[in-house]
Amino acid sequence: MKLKDFIVTEAIVPQLQAADRDGVIRELVQSLAKAGAMSEEGVEEIVAALIKREQKGSTGFGKGVAVPHTQHPKVSRMVGTIGRSATGIDFAALDHQPVYSIVLLLSPDNHPQQHLQAMNIVFSNLQKDMFRRFLRQSTTQQSISELLDEADQGK
Amino acid sequence: MICQAVFIPPASALILHVSMPQATRQIVVSNRLGLHARPAMEFVDLANQFSSQVRVFREGDEPAEADGKSVMELITLAATEGTPLRIAADGDDAEKAVAQLVQLFENKFGEE
Repeated sequence: MKLKDFIVTEAIVPQLQAADRDGVIRELVQSLAKAGAMSEEGVEEIVAALIKREQKGSTGFGKGVAVPHTQHPKVSRMVGTIGRSATGIDFAALDHQPVYSIVLLLSPDNHPQQHLQAMNIVFSNLQKDMFRRFLRQSTTQQSISELLDEADQGK
Repeated sequence: MICQAVFIPPASALILHVSMPQATRQIVVSNRLGLHARPAMEFVDLANQFSSQVRVFREGDEPAEADGKSVMELITLAATEGTPLRIAADGDDAEKAVAQLVQLFENKFGEE
């Protein structure tokens, strides 16, 4: 599996407007809907599910990245997007540090293996110092998209 | 001169290393959702309560290994339902650590 199999380039938000966790989640889900990757009607319910998931345990696993995600019956196909914050977001991360890069993943609730494969590819890349650094420095949709292509080719 | 450049570890260090308690157990992931983020975090929370080093190995066709105290590394194992894993601990409380960590899998992390 490759990042570009589920990351929707048109939904990438290189300069997030929101300044808090819930706002960022909403902005990214709305961006997916606007890009046609999911229905507008589903936005509120999905946002609520993602926030509820964060409240149970932060997906800010450290190193300035967070991966909010949900496996939800309203999601018909797996889609994801990426947001970047220059100022940093308080995601209640495990290492108590602000988060600068957010990878948001929406999966249907009946394909757990596909979901784990997507999480695998996301975290395999987020583990790499160079990938994290380039992602944090990329200020346009195009440069993030190119970074993902390079990561996918490296696999 | 050449002889002086060779580093020979003191015998006591070698003995200390060899005598470190180790424990290992094999399990099969049995919850439907596999080792996703929440169980991975639960695993790390428990692993962190022990001083032993904990490593998790995915066995089978595509072997992989992860630090049992890193959520990110555990998720990269992509351990779906049915995946055979080996949990290994190295340290004074190795036996206790492995026994309790195996329990998490046996209890399916509180899932179905």
